Amino acid sequence: MTVETKLALTEQDVRSFSEKMNEATWMTDFRADAFAKLEQLPMPKPDKTRIDRWNFTQFPTHVVESDVYANLTDLPEEARALFSEDKEHNVYVQHNNTPAYTSLTEDLKAKGVILTDIFTATREHEELLKKYYMTDGVKVDEHKLTALNAAYMNGGVFVYVPKNVIVEEPIQALFYHDNEDASLFNHVIVVAEANSSVTYIENYMSTVEVAKGQVNIVAEAFAGDNAQLTFGAVDVLPEGFTTFVSRRGITARDSRVDWALGLMNDGDTIAENITHLIGDGSESHLKTVVVGRGKQRQNFTTEIISFGKNTNGMILKHGVVKDESTAIFNGIGKIEQGGVGSNAEQESRLLILSDRARADANPILLIEEDEVTAGHAATVGRVDPLELFYLMSRGIEKEEAERLIIRGFLEPVVAELKAEGVKNLLAEVIERKLR
Amino acid sequence: MATLEIKGLHVEIEGKEILKGVDLTINTDEIHAIMGPNGTGKSTLAQAIMGHPRYEVTAGTITLDGEDVLEMEVDERAKAGLFLAMQYPSEVAGVTNADFLRSAINARREEGDEVPLMSFIRELDAKMETLEMHEDMATRYLNEGFSGGEKKRNEILQLMMLQPKFAVLDEIDSGLDIDALRIVSKGINEMRGEGFGCLIITHYQRLLEYITPDYVHVMAAGKVVKTGGPELAQKLEEEGYDWVYEELGIEETKEQEV
Repeated sequence: MTVETKLALTEQDVRSFSEKMNEATWMTDFRADAFAKLEQLPMPKPDKTRIDRWNFTQFPTHVVESDVYANLTDLPEEARALFSEDKEHNVYVQHNNTPAYTSLTEDLKAKGVILTDIFTATREHEELLKKYYMTDGVKVDEHKLTALNAAYMNGGVFVYVPKNVIVEEPIQALFYHDNEDASLFNHVIVVAEANSSVTYIENYMSTVEVAKGQVNIVAEAFAGDNAQLTFGAVDVLPEGFTTFVSRRGITARDSRVDWALGLMNDGDTIAENITHLIGDGSESHLKTVVVGRGKQRQNFTTEIISFGKNTNGMILKHGVVKDESTAIFNGIGKIEQGGVGSNAEQESRLLILSDRARADANPILLIEEDEVTAGHAATVGRVDPLELFYLMSRGIEKEEAERLIIRGFLEPVVAELKAEGVKNLLAEVIERKLR
Repeated sequence: MATLEIKGLHVEIEGKEILKGVDLTINTDEIHAIMGPNGTGKSTLAQAIMGHPRYEVTAGTITLDGEDVLEMEVDERAKAGLFLAMQYPSEVAGVTNADFLRSAINARREEGDEVPLMSFIRELDAKMETLEMHEDMATRYLNEGFSGGEKKRNEILQLMMLQPKFAVLDEIDSGLDIDALRIVSKGINEMRGEGFGCLIITHYQRLLEYITPDYVHVMAAGKVVKTGGPELAQKLEEEGYDWVYEELGIEETKEQEV
């Protein structure tokens, strides 16, 4: 048996949806072009995970209508908790597929900062969005799933910080899912122009026990010359979803894109995070933590590619697998010809908590240039018995000692997230998944 | 008064016998020192008392006030009142020193009777001051990136916070400069008194100038071969161990330290 790959929508469906959302016509055409490519494009081939039987294309409905929120206080409690008590601005909330709350401070608006849902952005910021939307980051024709995102896109946010603007308070996006029929084809664009600085944190949260839809997320992050962009994400999507998520960073000269990703989905997931260090002297630090449980299968590709001179790419990945879950971690440090003086480092550490769980770390270095430095460290194993002995020798019970060690092991990303509510959420989700 | 009693203890590691019948009794309110060259089994004794997973007790008993210690899990030994200051403490990333200590203290208390945060912090601050530890040591990850001296001080900090009945200090003085040695000794001396017994394992008499032991034992070839008072340590420092071996007619058999 092979999974039906017949497409759920027609080109006309895609065009009608675009019109219904009042998108600018360029986006309608862009979708139609992507749609035309869908049939012949191959599926992605994540290393060491066979996905030919995974369902990425069938879902109950393309779009659901959901309520909007007049205030953040109208959010359900668990969602409200993501935002500090006094926070009302620099927030985008999407309720299933509906842009439900958007607020930016007057000060930032006056400085030219943009925070808007992606549909509105096609009209109001056409030239800007066109410049970044699937051009230098993720390409439409990388494979079927990127084209699917382009054609079916039904949500997302556009964040733009003009040059020389420092956004102190993090910009937070919440993608709140509470309808089991809803699918998320989100597209996120975050741009930090020259000499600017911004932290963007997105959360995927669901109240649904078993989802019936699809998740296909593309996020593209661009840092201009000497800009600092920190991208945080905590994905907590339920069982039932098949998730494809591609987060991509592009750096200009002397800029920095940092990632802090807590990938806590309960469904089968293909996640890739790739950063292209284009500009000389640019840098990316990528930290990601993962917990696999139940029977879920997950594949994580993290890659930093140095094109520019004297660039620095650091990957840190910590993963825990339990029950019968499988997780593959492909880490790639690549230095292209011309990347003289660059450094590519990666560290993958995986903890296996049960006999039937499986985890693989595949560290790969691809070096096309001399005069560079590169390194990797990978470990796959159990909780260190000596650490356990040490904690137990102070009176801490074995179970609690293990919990402390594992929690500590996943701490690097928790510590990086710049919003207290998001930190707490990730810590709670980790506890819940480990229980 | 509590008593820790070790009788005829034999311990193997990976099939190799290291301890060959150790007898030792320690009461609270007593400080004992065990001296001896490397490879005579001193650290093995320390690890066996605490229940290190790699050390297998093949014969003999360890009891604490008559309770069988060898039957206890490692955490139960700690809760019964035993403490081991380790020679090479583990580094545990992501767990702050303070969180770890609070978990350890709360493990000794009933659920719902956890130590109040403020009184915990006050006590921690006070002990850290005694040990002249920088205040950021509380929020740093447990032993991660600590220097050798910082790790030793951190072991003594845990000792002071947990207030065990018996502490085994495994080469707490190794790698310490004279200032650190003085500070660490100050912490141990604060513990000294009724209700606290201590077994200090050391190569050097130096530490014993700061902490005067009530008893000094010499280990050789996996046994306690000689016991005396503080003057014994002095004599060992001056004359080495050869006279002990000669006196007892034993051959000096050094074994691989594990």
